[in-house]
Amino acid sequence: MTLKLTGLTRQYRGNPQPTLRGVELELPSGTLVALLGQSGAGKSTVLRCVMGLEPFERGQVDVDGAVVRGTEEVGRKEREAQVAVAQRRLGLVFQSFELFPHLTALQNCMLAPVEVRGLAQERARRRAEELLAQLGLEERMHAFPAQLSGGQKQRVAIARALAMEPRVLLYDEPTSALDPSMKHEVVQTLKRVDATGVTQVVVTHDLALAKSVEHVCVLDQGRVVESGPPDEVLVAPKHEGTKALLKAWLAD
Amino acid sequence: MIRRALRSSRLGVLALVALSLSQARAETAPLRWGTDAQGGAPYVYQDPSDPNRLTGFEAELAGMLSAKLGRKPVPVFGPWAQLLELLERGDFDVALNGIEVTDEKKRVALLSRPYFAAAEVLTVRTGDPRAPKVLAQLQGRTVGTLPGSLAERILRRAGAEVRTYDGGQDDIYADLKLGRLDAVLLDEPIARYYGDIDSALTSVRSDFGEVRYAVALKLGDEALREQVDRALLELEQSGELRALYERYGVWSPETAALFHDAHPEARGTAEEFERWRGLVGKLPPFWERVRTRYPALVPVFAKGAGLTLVVSLAAMALAVALGVAVALSRRSRWQPLRAAAMAYVEFFRGTPLLVQLTMVYFGLPELGVELNPFVAGVLALGLNYAAAEAENYRAGLESVPKGQLEAAAVLGLTPWQTLRHVVGPQAIRVAIPPMTNDFIALLKDSSLVSVVTLTELTKTYGNLASSTRDHLGLGVMVALAYLLLGLPFARLARAAEAHFGRHLGGEA
Repeated sequence: MTLKLTGLTRQYRGNPQPTLRGVELELPSGTLVALLGQSGAGKSTVLRCVMGLEPFERGQVDVDGAVVRGTEEVGRKEREAQVAVAQRRLGLVFQSFELFPHLTALQNCMLAPVEVRGLAQERARRRAEELLAQLGLEERMHAFPAQLSGGQKQRVAIARALAMEPRVLLYDEPTSALDPSMKHEVVQTLKRVDATGVTQVVVTHDLALAKSVEHVCVLDQGRVVESGPPDEVLVAPKHEGTKALLKAWLAD
Repeated sequence: MIRRALRSSRLGVLALVALSLSQARAETAPLRWGTDAQGGAPYVYQDPSDPNRLTGFEAELAGMLSAKLGRKPVPVFGPWAQLLELLERGDFDVALNGIEVTDEKKRVALLSRPYFAAAEVLTVRTGDPRAPKVLAQLQGRTVGTLPGSLAERILRRAGAEVRTYDGGQDDIYADLKLGRLDAVLLDEPIARYYGDIDSALTSVRSDFGEVRYAVALKLGDEALREQVDRALLELEQSGELRALYERYGVWSPETAALFHDAHPEARGTAEEFERWRGLVGKLPPFWERVRTRYPALVPVFAKGAGLTLVVSLAAMALAVALGVAVALSRRSRWQPLRAAAMAYVEFFRGTPLLVQLTMVYFGLPELGVELNPFVAGVLALGLNYAAAEAENYRAGLESVPKGQLEAAAVLGLTPWQTLRHVVGPQAIRVAIPPMTNDFIALLKDSSLVSVVTLTELTKTYGNLASSTRDHLGLGVMVALAYLLLGLPFARLARAAEAHFGRHLGGEA
């Protein structure tokens, strides 16, 4: 298993209902998975908890053996160390990409490999050039983010994450910041990355995108309620939550 | 860049410390005499025809006195009203600049035998029918004088509406002429040089009182006072003092009485007074001054401007370093550090710079911390501007979206790496324009260091304007000097802004 979530529970202060109520999820390595759910279902929270951007109280996240436990279960120092180890095995493509605006595409992809992994400049550069070329950006390597289109920015963000050689790459709503006509390009990119063997988790509420992946998980009211191949889960939903989700999509 | 600036300022401090150590007293040590060149003629002033030369009857007296003591005279400049405080701090050995013999002054300093006496005289507008003429008529009238002077106390006792002027006596008489004052009460030499020189003004001697000047020494410095007293007595008895006063046209019946001299009338011509009147009595037209007078002033202004620039650069380096530290402290996870940083900003932003400078220079010695004038000036300015810089950097740091921090965190960058490579470069661009403003403001605020004996650009102007009575023309010169100092930095800032903002350009 590359990513395994066990009993993940997250409650915001002052909120009577927990946002995550024991999320269970197991993803085999090398798969392309979509995490679906209506807004408020807890998709973003799962993503942020896995990435270590938000704490969770109970349960655990296991990234290829790197385990992070809830804040109620381990001390702060220990937990910080756990998060640091897990983060090194994860990559995230932000919804708004969050490229570093003062660095070129190439520099964006070199900063962390040099600073965090301690790669020599030359090596980091070669690897970054390779990744950018793979994603069709060989002509745009020296452009600043402000000079790139939305789709190009997203691919730079993916290359930046891949440069850290993560076991799991997560995407936060990859189609929402892009023009609808770009959906096809996003799917193409996901498939291209899939071919490299990296496990990918796409948090989305985009039905078209969900239909093009291998595996979907549906989150409803802080729990994973259904999972399986999209042509089963999205065609013959069993759970009420999934049915409600499909109904909302049709209404759009 | 910051690190390099810090290192060089540290070197500067070391050099200054070494300098002040080497100034430690020895038997042949120079006689440092404190004065305020802005006090003007005929006491101590920059020669209007050669501004590099300090002249005046007290400047000459300081030379004569030093010769008698076998020491080399070195003038140290400070505001007249603060000379005794500077003396107490040890910035000079004697204060010699119209220090009046009064009981208050005897409490805070040791006074020598008087070396000069003069009447207080009242100057009024010529032909003003309502002009006061005797002390009793001063009740309720608006009268100008110098702050902390004997004349001020006489006026307060007489119930006059007193206006005091820090800037120099020329301003006082200018206000009288403009009708903002009913009269001016000052010591006769001042009235002679600044009042009577103008036919629109007339001075009257009456029952206003008499003032005596003495050399002030540090309390407890009896040994030096004995030497000074002996030297003054010799100069008095040999007639050298009388000859000196006559040359400056200030020999008075009061001084004659003080010296037990039977001849109150001055002999010969008052050549120094005539020379001064010839030079400043009627100013030549502006363009002629530009051609004939100002070229000689350039070195004097350059010296003042140099000090202004060095003080400002050193203070800005300190302000930037400290400002970064304070701004980062405000984002610390540790609450007491955040609170301390906030208190720092509130304190230094919320209290006047002059108060801070005075506390650093005159207040810290009480706690055993004695700083030389340059260090004190730079420290006070730096501490003050650090508060403003901290706020600039905080605004810069806060302008970077939270998502950038998250992006750095998930890539595994440490907080320090994030600051250095992600947040810092983006924050700098936002912080540069207000930093430029602050530096130019600092350049101007550095004029305050004149209160701690540093003759920078503004003080240079004050001194020269007072000794030449050329306020407007020299004002234009000094304004140009400030603009020339500030412009390169404004340009540099624009270039830096463009550099840090180059990624915002259009399509590549």
